[in-house]
Amino acid sequence: MTSQLYRHLGKWLGVAGYMVQYGCIAHCTLEFVGDFVVCKGPSMEPTIFSEDIILTEHITPRFNRINRGDVIIARSPSNPRHHICKRVVALGGDKVKNGFHTHIVPKGHVWLEGDNNHNSTDSRSFGSVPAGLIRGRAVCRVWPLSELGGLSPTPSWHVPR
Amino acid sequence: MFRALVVGVPLGVTFVDCFGYVARVEGVSMQPALNPDTGITSDFVFLSRWRSRSFAYQRGDMVSLVSPKDPNQKIIKRIIALEGDLVATLGYKRRLVRVPEGHCWVEGDHTGHSLDSNFFGPVALGLVTARAEQIVWPPQRWQHLERRLPEERVPLNLRTASTKSSSIADVFDDNEE
Repeated sequence: MTSQLYRHLGKWLGVAGYMVQYGCIAHCTLEFVGDFVVCKGPSMEPTIFSEDIILTEHITPRFNRINRGDVIIARSPSNPRHHICKRVVALGGDKVKNGFHTHIVPKGHVWLEGDNNHNSTDSRSFGSVPAGLIRGRAVCRVWPLSELGGLSPTPSWHVPR
Repeated sequence: MFRALVVGVPLGVTFVDCFGYVARVEGVSMQPALNPDTGITSDFVFLSRWRSRSFAYQRGDMVSLVSPKDPNQKIIKRIIALEGDLVATLGYKRRLVRVPEGHCWVEGDHTGHSLDSNFFGPVALGLVTARAEQIVWPPQRWQHLERRLPEERVPLNLRTASTKSSSIADVFDDNEE
């Protein structure tokens, strides 16, 4: 009787151990290597449409190798629990035109804009964003399957300024 | 051996990422709470990630955050005000600042020797990574870090009526907002 109990206990402990192990491996992969993101909202049309699933990698942002034209996922400056998907238009030190004003993006910050210029809440409303908020860089689209593949590069109106 | 590495490294990293880690504090900006004797020893503090997972910080919490000026640098400061609070600044470009949504106002305890919100303005809460809980080294400094808000730095909207009227009158004339 007791031996049977021990055998069951051992088995369950083993299963729990495996779950912890794989949970940790999954956590590290999602946190440090890359993950899948469901994009919602129209701000990145026509590059990314609402409900598209994007593969992102977290290695470039960790080493601060973000470049102009990259599509990135960042924590929203107005709500740390939300994430935003935008395109990096300018890096620290660059000049950006916003309406009639010319801004100089401060050091350590980036200027984010959605590809859908008319329907996007981005740096034009909340200003430049600290680079520390960037969580990942979009690599390719994985859903819908018919559109699988890389994201279109910088749209024509995003010529460096 | 290889198997132990494959399992052990993610286990450790996840633990550090979810619960917290110990970091060395450099500089004088948090004196006298941290590093009270310059140049002799530096304090090691336990930074709790667990307490910061929902971004539910309170005024007076000591936190570590990614510097808004340089994403490679981590700084340790005290949260003075949360979103919606009205702060009387010390040497910022405006004397009165309303902290925007999703932001906080951080300051070092050592006023005047700290690169904080009085220099770079309100910071996004998303940059805050962990809460400092405990000094763990050197052993004679072992102590819990209390939540503490200096009385003269309490946001103006939280002050009692008597102190509020005087400080507002004294500061309101050049508010640009």
